[in-house]
Amino acid sequence: MIALGAACAIKMENITKRFGKVVANDHICMELREGEILSLLGENGSGKTTLMNQLSGIYFPDEGQIYVHGKPVTIASPKDAFDNGIGMIHQHFKLVDVFTATENIVLGLEGEGSFDLKKASEKVSEICSRYGFDIKPDQKIYDMSVSQKQTVEIVKVLYRGADILILDEPTAVLTPQETDKLFDIMRAMKKDGKSLIIITHKLHEVLDVSDRVAVLRKGEYIGDVMTKDADQQSLTDMMVGHSVLLNIDRPEPVDPKPRLELRNLTVYDELGVKRLDDVSFTLNSGEILGIAGVAGSGQKELLESIAGLYPVRSGEILFHDPKSGADKNLVGMDPLDIKKAGVGMAFVPEDRLGMGLVGSMGMTGNMMLRSWRKGKSVFVDRKGPEQLANSIWKNLEVVTPSTSFPVRRMSGGNVQKVLVGREIAQDPAVLMTAYAVRGLDINTSYTIYNLLTAEKMKGVAVIYVGEDLDVLLELCDRLVVLCGGQVSGIVDARSITKEEVGLLMTQHRKEEAV
Amino acid sequence: MSTVEKKNREPMILMSKRGELLPAWKAWGIRVIAFLLSLVVSGIVIISVSGLNPAAVFATMLDGAVGTGKRIWVTIRDAMTLLCIAVGLAPAFKMRFWNIGAEGQILVGGIASAACMIYLKSLPTVVLLLLMIVVSMIAGGIWGFLPGMFKARWNTNETLFTLMMNYIAIQLTSYFVAMWENPFGSNSVGVINSQGKQGWLPNLLSPGFNKDYGWNVIIVLAVTLVMYLYMNHSKHGYEIAVIGDSENTARYAGIRVNRAYVRTIVLSGAICGLAGFVAVSGASHTISTSTAGGRGFTAIIVAWLAQFNSVVMIIFSFLLVFLQKGAQAIASAYNLSQEVSEMITGIILFFLLGSEFFVNYTVRFNGRRSNK
Repeated sequence: MIALGAACAIKMENITKRFGKVVANDHICMELREGEILSLLGENGSGKTTLMNQLSGIYFPDEGQIYVHGKPVTIASPKDAFDNGIGMIHQHFKLVDVFTATENIVLGLEGEGSFDLKKASEKVSEICSRYGFDIKPDQKIYDMSVSQKQTVEIVKVLYRGADILILDEPTAVLTPQETDKLFDIMRAMKKDGKSLIIITHKLHEVLDVSDRVAVLRKGEYIGDVMTKDADQQSLTDMMVGHSVLLNIDRPEPVDPKPRLELRNLTVYDELGVKRLDDVSFTLNSGEILGIAGVAGSGQKELLESIAGLYPVRSGEILFHDPKSGADKNLVGMDPLDIKKAGVGMAFVPEDRLGMGLVGSMGMTGNMMLRSWRKGKSVFVDRKGPEQLANSIWKNLEVVTPSTSFPVRRMSGGNVQKVLVGREIAQDPAVLMTAYAVRGLDINTSYTIYNLLTAEKMKGVAVIYVGEDLDVLLELCDRLVVLCGGQVSGIVDARSITKEEVGLLMTQHRKEEAV
Repeated sequence: MSTVEKKNREPMILMSKRGELLPAWKAWGIRVIAFLLSLVVSGIVIISVSGLNPAAVFATMLDGAVGTGKRIWVTIRDAMTLLCIAVGLAPAFKMRFWNIGAEGQILVGGIASAACMIYLKSLPTVVLLLLMIVVSMIAGGIWGFLPGMFKARWNTNETLFTLMMNYIAIQLTSYFVAMWENPFGSNSVGVINSQGKQGWLPNLLSPGFNKDYGWNVIIVLAVTLVMYLYMNHSKHGYEIAVIGDSENTARYAGIRVNRAYVRTIVLSGAICGLAGFVAVSGASHTISTSTAGGRGFTAIIVAWLAQFNSVVMIIFSFLLVFLQKGAQAIASAYNLSQEVSEMITGIILFFLLGSEFFVNYTVRFNGRRSNK
């Protein structure tokens, strides 16, 4: 494979990487041309991140050879990668919160004699102005938004002289506006002669930003296409290996009745900052209610308040019991009280391993999270959860060696399947999901959408907190738009446009009143 | 550019996390190999430091720990006390509650036992012993309750809190030693009830005292078994495991985290208090500031090495006590300082801890890499 015309910034030949019996990368030959943006596309577990980690020196290939700018190189450590001008921006930021941007950027650099922080700061400013980054060199990390933190990571690799940049799912944490800005920056870097690889799951982003798309499937290199010759359907088919229907079935809600009613809900966090401000809406049975909003607009606090995990300052959360017809106010209850009150509440939290699951336990142990209290015996029942784990393992095609394999060591998509599977299995009256498909591949995402729709048709009241507006508009029946902890609009998802929702997301109620 | 020069510089060793769990027999095989290797390395160290024949040194160790019937029983007795403490610490540590306060909990349990022996010696033996067990557990439980309650209510740091509770316990012990001083002026309590043996754990296999320590074994193994069931099969045990992994997940699952904290640390303290009873009533029959003797810290190693599995702790308690006795034996037999013999203990522990790495990771050496 010799590129015609353009020279190769990176050329990988027969790269193979095995983890135990699993072949994560199987004789992969791939190239990145000088001055292009290449999208690396593939489902979860297709080996994208593994492949890139071998470029950035985190893993070392079992077989194969890497060429940088035509020269054969050995990349055995992140330092080797930097020496070859390769920088990777990871999905999880590696920054010291109490340091400034500059301090983080120069951290770990070797230098002769004393270190000149001022000079470094000037260089950071220079890089920022060249590409239009909006960070201040002296700003502390804890004062920064997620997108600014990501910018610091990008500046960090540029500062070290990288001319080949790898971005691992950079848009997963960004709003649509921030994503656009990132893409502008990527284009500016490309114009400056840098070569970029972006890993992403979102096809419209692939089509938007890249010049060429390379597809991996199950550890193998499937092929590459020029972006201008591709569309969503063709890319999906390449990625999955067979045709996938790319639309979500959205039946009309059947007999919707109020299930959960929020009245003037107001919450404050530990520091006394108002996180939810006078939030009121009604959730009906048999519908999917979407929650849209810029990250950090109060989505997390809203769901956790309903689940009894967040202290409520004022307001009411009324649950209309479909069986008895009685109303119950959930404010002041903890999850155990809610359960004892007979409220079937399922919750897929944003932080899967930090809140929804026990990372060190296997599937069975995690199934027990919802059932461990059952029965009068002082001992726990393992048989029921074991059966449930086996059925989820089979029905949702979870990839794991056994039901006792720690979920922490499973891949993200499988972890999510375990969590969603367990929550749906409790046969809930209310099902809340936060970013249920974050980081998941297309196939798994559609599995989850279908599961949620099936729940809705069973009469469950579903709350779907999402970040992808396209999906929110396709999947949900109604949308509640949050902005700065306030409800800025409750709209019909079938008739509203993406732009109108985007506008509501940035529009405070107070501004409207002025 | 030095890229060409770098071409041959490939990593010698490749490590990666195992994709699946190792079967138990393989994991134990690795540990046994590590233990054997540690003996080889210890042998080399012995030769280079002292010039002694390692085989003779190991034989002396063996003799010192299990050479005579009496020595075997002493080794068993000390291993049981250590095991009891480790079993007590395990629930706290598994919950990620850093109970550094076992020393204090043992001491207050010991004080409580000694107090019963001194003031209630007229009670019938069985009643007195049962009472001592209960009172020592209550005392240890209180020593656990305080840091637990403060942690639950005000989120104080349990490591510092339990550590400082140790010093309080030591001062309390000094106070009672002064109070119960016998004979007057000796600055020690002496052997309590040396005449009537009230409150002493009797022999199990023969009449009398101090010939075997069967009751120590029965009491501690019973506690170990009960705690094994508690930790692995009870609802409380499940709560502990979840909290240890993530407090938020625990709250999410409807576990009352603060309540579980206090309950577990009280239990932990109570079992350590019971260890104080075992140490006083079943072994030394006296109380002093060295009754705990650092075992509250050694037991932390036992608990972690066994990964909080009560049954595995039996093995590690014996191993550590065996090494300790052996080290003392070679120190006196060859006139070595205790430190040299403790180096051997250190080497063996290093290898055992290091073997866990090979249980969790695969390592491949890059020497014979085939170039296609």
